[in-house]
Amino acid sequence: MSTAVMDRSEIEVNQNLAGEVLSQMKQTKEAKASKINVKDLNLFYGEKQALFGVSLDILENEVTALIGPSGCGKSTFLRTLNRMNDLIDGVKITGDIVIDHENIYKTNDVIKLRTKVGMVFQKPNLFPMTIYDNVAYGPRMQGIKNKNELNKIVEESLRGAAIWDEVKDRLKTSALGLSGGQQQRVCIARAIAMKPDVILMDEPTSALDPISTLKVEELIANMKEDYTIVIVTHNMQQAARISDKTAFFLNGEVVEYDDTDNIFSTPKDQRTEDYVTGRFG
Amino acid sequence: MRQVKDNIFRGLLWFSAFLSVAVLVMIVGFIFYKGIGLISFDFIFGNYSPDGDGGIWPMIVTTIYTIGISLVIATPIGILAALYLQEYAKQGRLVKIIRFATESLTGIPSIIYGLFGAVFFVTTLKFGMSILAASLTLTIIVLPVIIRTTEEALKTVPQAYREGSLALGTTKLQTLYKVILPNAMPGILSGIILSIGRIVGESAAIFLTAGTVAALPESIFSSARTLTVHSYLVTQEAGDIELAAAVGIVLIVIILAINLSATYLSKKLNKADQK
Repeated sequence: MSTAVMDRSEIEVNQNLAGEVLSQMKQTKEAKASKINVKDLNLFYGEKQALFGVSLDILENEVTALIGPSGCGKSTFLRTLNRMNDLIDGVKITGDIVIDHENIYKTNDVIKLRTKVGMVFQKPNLFPMTIYDNVAYGPRMQGIKNKNELNKIVEESLRGAAIWDEVKDRLKTSALGLSGGQQQRVCIARAIAMKPDVILMDEPTSALDPISTLKVEELIANMKEDYTIVIVTHNMQQAARISDKTAFFLNGEVVEYDDTDNIFSTPKDQRTEDYVTGRFG
Repeated sequence: MRQVKDNIFRGLLWFSAFLSVAVLVMIVGFIFYKGIGLISFDFIFGNYSPDGDGGIWPMIVTTIYTIGISLVIATPIGILAALYLQEYAKQGRLVKIIRFATESLTGIPSIIYGLFGAVFFVTTLKFGMSILAASLTLTIIVLPVIIRTTEEALKTVPQAYREGSLALGTTKLQTLYKVILPNAMPGILSGIILSIGRIVGESAAIFLTAGTVAALPESIFSSARTLTVHSYLVTQEAGDIELAAAVGIVLIVIILAINLSATYLSKKLNKADQK
């Protein structure tokens, strides 16, 4: 008798397990794939440590915002993702960053990494060339010479950055004649022209007026269909408006990383709450 | 009272600016006034004769030779050295020492270079008193100038350009060639113009390495006389101020022509970039 009872309970347990597994599978199907996987990342500027054991899983086709007070390491972290920190003497990095199953600090092909992971900077940094040449710069350096192909890339990229209509009649004039907001969108077009998977943005609107900021934010929200976007921002409303996930950095550590809604409504850590409610930072 | 101080200061600024222009105008005016009477086709394109009626064509040729040879050697080496120091080298002790050395080299009196050139190029390397020996000596004189000005020019290229270019997956060489050098070009050119000034203005070092032979040089191994040396000699030996001033006019015109064409070139290069 007793064995029969056990059997029945065992069956029940198994049924429950199966149900759980099924629902988990469903969840993972709905959830987006991981694009960038960061594990135990430490970064040193000479003797000084700037990042402490950062681990993050950045998902494909999402906007991930990095927030935190000045000097918390969020920009430093962003720049590890396309190895821009390599340009600084004396930077040492331990830990792993895996993008699409490739450990980017184990390969020597920084060029390939940077064509795949584009970047938009804090201040618009277009070259003193024409708008066309700025956007075509990257593809040309990759060896694309065909005029029609370049024309197509330039148009697609400028459309992708929602600036085509504003500049299509002045492509052959200097890019530095554009307004700051327009320049920043051409910078985004320049990044898109490389057909990257990931676009890193380092406070892309901090030098822009409110209307230009709005345009760039709309653009970012639309761009996540095609790209994985990681954005550093000082502006918490901006993070709340445009990002799916938010990581809160403090003193080189990730204090909390969660869905943006949770970070701003029900943060788990007191320090996050203090920061997002404006008590410091 | 504060208003008065302000006005006095303003006057001082104006006076200083006026004075420097006035001095320049006076010198050029004096040279032209004294020398213009001697300027003629035969004077410029004629061969030299010791009795004083001859032309200065040999000296013009010699001067252009020395400018050309020195720049052809010094410009690439200087630019490459500056690129290494500014863009490639790890900023540490070695770079500091090299910078200190180049800075010190710019301060050494040219007669010292001349002595070195006379011993090393003329005697040890057996070039003899020659245009080549003088040009190599001048190369050493202008090298630090070109390195310094190129470094300064490279510093003015915003770091954001370098980052922007590298972030697009370009190599360092591509970034250098397409973004950094074009933007540093005006500064580099002004360094080269400055060097031309040093070369043309040099007398002591050339005197010791090229000699004073006043004949059309047959080759770069010939001993020859540059315009500046000629100007010095006719003043010193013959006391002929008019002749020296006429040579001065030719010098000024040559320098002006080189400067203007360099500026024009730089503008044209920039335009080509903008297109």
